[in-house]
Amino acid sequence: MIISCPHCGPRDSSEFYFRGEATPTRPEYDAGTAAATGYVYGRINPAGPQKEHWYHAAACRSWLLVERDTRTHKFLSVTLASEQGR
Amino acid sequence: MTRLPAGGLIDRGKPIAFRFNGRTLTGFSGDTLASALIAHDVKIVGRSFKYHRARGILTDGIDEPNALVTLGSGARAEPNCRAPSVELFDGLEAYSQNCWPSPNFDLMAINGLLSRIFVAGFYYKTFMWPAALWEKLYEPLIRRAAGLGRLSGDPDPDTYDRSHAFTDLLVVGSGPAGLSAALCAARGGLRVLLIENDSRVGGRLLSQRYKVDGELGTAWADAALKELVANERVTILTRTSLFGAYDDKSFAAVERVSDHLPGAAIGRPRQRYWKIVAAQAIFATGATERPIAFGGNDRPGVMMASAIQTYINRYAVAPGKRAAIFTVCDTGYEVAADLAAAGVDVAAVIDARRQPGRSLAFAPAISGEIVRTFGKSLTAIEVRRYDGGVERIAVDLLGMAGGWNPNIGFASHLGNRPDWNESLQAFRQEKLSDGMMFAGAADGALTLTDALASGEAAAARVMSPASSMPPIGTSAQASPHVVRAIGQKVFVDFQHDVTVEDILLADREGYRSVEHLKRYTTLGMATDQGKAGQVLGHAVLAQHRGVEMAAVGTIAARPPHTPVAIGALAGMHRGEHLKPVRLTPTHCWAAENGASFVNAGLWKRAQWFTRAGDADWLASAVREAKAVRSAVGICDVSTLGKIEVEGPDAALLLDRLYANMMSTLPVGKCRYGLMLREDGFVFDDGTVARLDESRYVITTTTVNAVAVMRHVDFALQVIWPDLRAHACSVTESWAQIAVAGPQSRALLQDLLPDIDLSNETFPFMGAVAGTWDGIPMRLFRLSFSGELAYEIAVPTNHGDALVRTLARLGQTYGCTPYGLEALGILRIEKGHVAGGDLNGQVTAHDLGLGRMLSRKKDFIGRAMAERPMLVDPGRQALVGLKPVDPTQRLSAGSHLFRSGAAHVAGESQGHVTSVAYSGVFDQWIALGVLAHGPQRIGEVIVAASPMRGTRIEVEVCNPVFFDAAGERLRA
Amino acid sequence: MERQHYSLFTLARQALTGHRGWQPAWRDAAPQDRYDVVVIGGGGHGLATAYYLAKIFGVTSVAVIEKGWIGGGNAGRNTTIIRSNYLLPGNIPFYEHSLKLWEGLEQDLNYNAMVSQRGILNLCHSDEQRDAFERRGNAMRLHGVDADLLGPAEVRRMAPFLDFDNARFPIFGGLLQKRAGTARHDGVVWGFARAASDRGVDIIQNCEVTGFVRDPSGRVTGVETSRGKILAGKVGMAVAGNTSRVASFADLRLPIESHVLQAFVSEGLKPVIPGVITFGAGHFYISQSDKGGLVFGGDLDGYNSYAQRGNLPIVEDVCEEAMAIMPMVGRARVLRSWGGIMDMTLDGSPIIDRTPVPGLYLNGGWCYGGFKATPASGWCFAHLLARDAPHPVAAHYRLDRFASGQLLDEKGAGAQANLQ
Repeated sequence: MIISCPHCGPRDSSEFYFRGEATPTRPEYDAGTAAATGYVYGRINPAGPQKEHWYHAAACRSWLLVERDTRTHKFLSVTLASEQGR
Repeated sequence: MTRLPAGGLIDRGKPIAFRFNGRTLTGFSGDTLASALIAHDVKIVGRSFKYHRARGILTDGIDEPNALVTLGSGARAEPNCRAPSVELFDGLEAYSQNCWPSPNFDLMAINGLLSRIFVAGFYYKTFMWPAALWEKLYEPLIRRAAGLGRLSGDPDPDTYDRSHAFTDLLVVGSGPAGLSAALCAARGGLRVLLIENDSRVGGRLLSQRYKVDGELGTAWADAALKELVANERVTILTRTSLFGAYDDKSFAAVERVSDHLPGAAIGRPRQRYWKIVAAQAIFATGATERPIAFGGNDRPGVMMASAIQTYINRYAVAPGKRAAIFTVCDTGYEVAADLAAAGVDVAAVIDARRQPGRSLAFAPAISGEIVRTFGKSLTAIEVRRYDGGVERIAVDLLGMAGGWNPNIGFASHLGNRPDWNESLQAFRQEKLSDGMMFAGAADGALTLTDALASGEAAAARVMSPASSMPPIGTSAQASPHVVRAIGQKVFVDFQHDVTVEDILLADREGYRSVEHLKRYTTLGMATDQGKAGQVLGHAVLAQHRGVEMAAVGTIAARPPHTPVAIGALAGMHRGEHLKPVRLTPTHCWAAENGASFVNAGLWKRAQWFTRAGDADWLASAVREAKAVRSAVGICDVSTLGKIEVEGPDAALLLDRLYANMMSTLPVGKCRYGLMLREDGFVFDDGTVARLDESRYVITTTTVNAVAVMRHVDFALQVIWPDLRAHACSVTESWAQIAVAGPQSRALLQDLLPDIDLSNETFPFMGAVAGTWDGIPMRLFRLSFSGELAYEIAVPTNHGDALVRTLARLGQTYGCTPYGLEALGILRIEKGHVAGGDLNGQVTAHDLGLGRMLSRKKDFIGRAMAERPMLVDPGRQALVGLKPVDPTQRLSAGSHLFRSGAAHVAGESQGHVTSVAYSGVFDQWIALGVLAHGPQRIGEVIVAASPMRGTRIEVEVCNPVFFDAAGERLRA
Repeated sequence: MERQHYSLFTLARQALTGHRGWQPAWRDAAPQDRYDVVVIGGGGHGLATAYYLAKIFGVTSVAVIEKGWIGGGNAGRNTTIIRSNYLLPGNIPFYEHSLKLWEGLEQDLNYNAMVSQRGILNLCHSDEQRDAFERRGNAMRLHGVDADLLGPAEVRRMAPFLDFDNARFPIFGGLLQKRAGTARHDGVVWGFARAASDRGVDIIQNCEVTGFVRDPSGRVTGVETSRGKILAGKVGMAVAGNTSRVASFADLRLPIESHVLQAFVSEGLKPVIPGVITFGAGHFYISQSDKGGLVFGGDLDGYNSYAQRGNLPIVEDVCEEAMAIMPMVGRARVLRSWGGIMDMTLDGSPIIDRTPVPGLYLNGGWCYGGFKATPASGWCFAHLLARDAPHPVAAHYRLDRFASGQLLDEKGAGAQANLQ
């Protein structure tokens, strides 16, 4: 697979570390353990497009927010995770 | 000798000597092993897998299922090589496989006599009684029969290379379609990579006598090659098999760099693995001729018609003296004509179509079918005419022209299944991944004219997606043909001995899905992966059940398209080069001082330093640890991860990363820090030093250096992107050396005369940045050993100078280098956890660090750390352990039991995590985790290792064995 | 239909009549309107569940529903290893129960699944790893499971072809479980199918579940399928690889991710590798089938996938580790590679439990260890479905352990599926 890193351009996926589904916002501590359990262990795990986090470990060290189809491995979009919501 | 007097693409001026089963034979440059064997009338090359039936050469290429040989000997022996794809070279040695004593007389052929029992799947129905005999008798017998060729058992002595290619257009195959596509695209200005499995370009043009643009096909191919070679945007790789299509237009190929060269190729790799990224790819991969299913169709002397054509025209060898062709389409007549033109006696063309195609000048064309064959290798065929007559014809060569299967497997690599095309009577690839096209015979354009047009159209389409592909003709094609058997086995998989009867049996027993059929009968699981006979087998099933081929479907091809040596995929990453080696800044100094090194992740770290008089490694380690306790020792700790964190919100970030509070840390101070994973278990530990108001340097354990950096980046970029802070790994920027022991202050004061190191101005947990010898230096008063101790850091390239200076200045103080083993002793004596204690399964409470979990702030892991089972008081927690009998030695991994308890699973209350021989106490001591451990100090329990057969009484004690009050480190 | 016994005798008798008297191994059933239990998933686990429901628990109104052909998922894609060399007390009894069932399976099913106990040797490459093996081997011994700790010399005697002299990660020793080994994966599927079918279970192929039938209280009372509605007293899911997808029909969100794991087989070779060998400084493992192919694999590709195929980085890693540990395989050729979809839980251990939805039961999360679990998984799931209570050896495989923290994290990798 080839991932187009916003900083580094198209790079082989072996440079990246896959973390998983980009789960909803991390709950604050006082949101309680149920919210935390959902954050840590809840997975939609869709067969289809999924937003997920990849880390460009071997280069710019950016966390990327990626949309990718889990049935075809096709990348639909790649952005910097840090720029979400800004 | 059946070499034809003239013709062929061989160089008769260059004879080549080779050996086959010990016989010395000769061929010519340009021959393959198969053509050279045919030139010597070798009919039987090997034996089939199950029944050990005699097997001759069936095809002319890489998909040969029959003529498999072992090439070479000794460590270079290479099993299962396809004789038709092995280029002949001087000194080549080849051996038949799966037969003893010889392919002509094979004792295992007795299996053939049992073939009435040994039907498909017979082994699922027997060998079950008595159960004990499976491992002892049945399976050894089956395994003795397993496999084809044999590995040498020695390390592969050759080297393998790896290379990358990036191109606008990848063209796979250099037959008429591939060449015309490459020419067209190159003329259009594209960067083209043309890959050809053969040693020369041309594809089927090399086997046929067709003319292109008025010249012989081979001459046209040569001219095309010349034009392509002259174009600097074109790269041509011959002897290269594309073997896989992967995501995002990535492809993989293997180039045979020196396999075809005599002797071991000095200074060259055997093969080169190519990773290719191509914006567009045209697969002009041709088509594979189908066999025909009829009785005795596996007899040596029965060959694919297309292969006969290749041997006659390209290699100028006649695979027989009197030939017949069994055809279901027009191609059989062309082959018959080529045979006749080469002077081979053609006895008949048997056309299984009800209306024969044409009449021939040189031989009778019979409308009918072959029903049986005769001879060990072929001597005669029995033909049943459609007009009723039965005729026996003496021939020693029979060609099967059963139509064509387009080679479309690469599409399936990406999950696109082919569809049965009724008008083409073949599976054709309609669904394609982006950037992938089939052209020529691979797309159903089976005639030369169509193939040339198809290649050109494909290239045009690459350059202009709107352009369309020409329609495909089908004159050379026919339905898969199955003749009703009378008395003889009818094979559809020649290597695995799968017969029509086997397919009918599978159907009878309910193994009807083509996948069940494959798995039950092993149809298509041989080394050709079903390229020869699988579609024919599926046709048998379809005809038997009276359904369309489309309903039966076919098996998805998987990579590799052609088998690839494991060595080639590994490349240079083998032996010591599996992974890179990381050396510490003081590695050379350590080596000079007698260090033995051990892996710590990718690092090589000094394990101990052997001195004259040390009885063994343990003596060295104990001596080193004692030196730290009594004088001073130095140890490279550069492998610890080091991360600098800077910015106005750096303190806030660290508060969230660590379980304990970091924002309260004063400038110029260090603090021990504990990181949890978000799931609440301990992730890592280390120290945090505050260099100034907004700048920290934190350390991680060696193994977690990368993971912690990733974790910090995740916190900064994903969870809290608004924090104004930056983090950067500086692990490799700083050499860091621990200086530990009562004399450490004196030694460092000598090194750093300008800094006051007195306990008052630079107390325990102090941190200071300064200079040493004019270069930046950081000094931390940290202690892992429990002694008065420091860690000093300088830029990495000064680490060697620093350690040598410390060693020189330290002579006065008895300074001793110490390694990981001594480090382990010292930290266990102090009850510090590391390595095996931090296994990802422990909580802060388990380690006695529960009080570190701050209740004043959110931090990663806080919520999950409060889950009921993580705070359960019955959890196993850290304790010290020492044998009641001080002469006894503990082993890590022993389980802990109450005294008097049975040593069974339910009674295990914990285990020993790490052990050390303490010179201070003159006995083995250990750390472990024990249920309710901290409440059981003083209890005598048992540490047992059933695998070692040991049971040792141990006393539970405070994990801090030495200087529990911590006076020494604050001295 | 009378059960046709398999033996050398019946085989020989059939041979006399050209094997024309064999009956289908299992009935290819059409769906009925209603069953006591519907098991979704015609893989090894689903078929074993049905078999034991009928045989042990007397529940014979059972359908196994399969979207394609039985054994077409991970049952037919794994590397066929069976073993019980686990560490945690929550895991060992279950896998040992499974291994014991394997040991008598063929006689029980009257189907030769080629269970072959040639042993598994896990190599270690550091002191810490050896200590961890000692802890694990001792835990096995304490549970009555066989385990032996080998030194380098003993490893060399067993497997002289390993690279002892030039290794980047030298061999410190190994943990050997002699009773471990391999079995013929397809044979297991077909054997369970045949035995279950003989006991009245309906095996329904080409029948894809598209939703659940629920009553007004929310209870699951059946399944919607591509072949119509099928009602059931209870519905069990045994669809590892697709658990999240099927569970989503009931709006369940589970601690499971789908990941692709590649596997490889070489061309047939005369036997060279005695049992199963695993490399401890990476992820490589290898055995040799009775047909002669080297069967091997390594780590997950690492990203979520439902595609049943992987990519080159792992292909390279696996072959590099192969060459690092046994450089004799350099000239053996990879014949075929494929991918299976692993149901990765977030602590690396499976789930056999009720779900929060009444009437719906879950068997999944087998990570990459499902094959060896097949008989015990079926047995324990059947127990749960029949008695509504967990089988004692599977009592830890609860769905709520992620909330409670009573995890079964053999590797200590935490909630990161691709590190499990």
